[in-house]
Amino acid sequence: MLLREVEYAKPGSVAEALELLAANDGARALAGGQTLINVMKARAASPDMLVDLNGLDDLTGIELAGDGTLTIGAMTTYTELMGSAEAKARPILGEVCATIADVQVRNRGTIGGNVCSNDPTNHLPPLMVSVGARMTIAGADGEREVSAEEFFLGVYLTAVGPGELLTRISIPAGKKDGFAAVTLGADGTCIANAAATVNGSVRVALGCVDAVPVIVTAESADGVADAVRAANLEPPSDVHASSEYRTHLAEVLATRAAQEASAR
Amino acid sequence: MDVTVTVNGTTYERDVEPRKLLIHFLRDDLDLTGSHVGCDTGNCGACSVIVDGVLVKSCMLLAVQANGASIETVEGLAEGDELTPLQLAFNEHHALQCGYCTPGMLMSATALLRENPSPSEDEIAKALQGNICRCTGYWNIVEAVKSVAK
Repeated sequence: MLLREVEYAKPGSVAEALELLAANDGARALAGGQTLINVMKARAASPDMLVDLNGLDDLTGIELAGDGTLTIGAMTTYTELMGSAEAKARPILGEVCATIADVQVRNRGTIGGNVCSNDPTNHLPPLMVSVGARMTIAGADGEREVSAEEFFLGVYLTAVGPGELLTRISIPAGKKDGFAAVTLGADGTCIANAAATVNGSVRVALGCVDAVPVIVTAESADGVADAVRAANLEPPSDVHASSEYRTHLAEVLATRAAQEASAR
Repeated sequence: MDVTVTVNGTTYERDVEPRKLLIHFLRDDLDLTGSHVGCDTGNCGACSVIVDGVLVKSCMLLAVQANGASIETVEGLAEGDELTPLQLAFNEHHALQCGYCTPGMLMSATALLRENPSPSEDEIAKALQGNICRCTGYWNIVEAVKSVAK
């Protein structure tokens, strides 16, 4: 398919990428392109300029600090996360990435692209919330850091403003995590999903039920279903699931994710 | 924009519009029509090629993004008339009917076998997840890949 005419820029640094994004209203950052190129085909997005982030060393790499904190460059692909010895420090990351789409998509798709597109059916927004990730956003005035809860603002909307870029994500040490999803086909788009982390109590982030991940907490996995019910979810209905069914799935998946997290 | 790529060992230089997808560049500009457009939405995998050693769907990459890259397509597998063991196995195991998905299947299986020469059946199925076939029911494709696994 022929895309609408678009300019293409390949900056040599993050600073140059920020300048290009700030100077062109119609510019959009191009990460792995596994969503953006397709929505451009459908004309659901029609940027005037693509600022290609591939090849920017400052946006790649996975580092493990002495205290167990992982710092992951925004342009890290799912495949890189799955194969990274450092990322094994928080095993859920590679495990969830291995269930996103297929080999080809995992080879190009990036952690930064997944969270910045903030499609409510994406895997990583709830996971980032449950593990307590912090996002570093760069702009003309330097860098700022926001928590995952502050990062996701609405459907396709994040704290990354015009002229800004997500540069890296830091994730604290931890192992007691779980993730559960009901998908369209194996490893397909999520109809509903849930990410859970046990840190004393259980914290679950529910995906696909609202514009941004919904957080519920409980003393233990046994209390998670009640906590989900108490959240009075009103998820959207679509061709794959009614609102009522999605609410049911949220309860079931939250419990499964919490049980997995508790068992580790 | 000027784009230089090496495809199956041959270097090509072309002036390309940034909006052109890599699959169309390969098929229309370089006349390498082995890679197919099946769905145009990134689902079917018929356009799969290997770019700098990485298996990708060439309908989700711009041609300009491949500037400087070394690309492998299905045309590069055989040496002249001599098919690879994987290609022969597809023939032997009746791993294709209409053949439309075959170029992508071959590239995905080639990428798998390079990384993991002894894949299990599950690993083969997982590696071919991004390639859709509407004829074979997949079974014979898995059998073909299994037959050349070490």
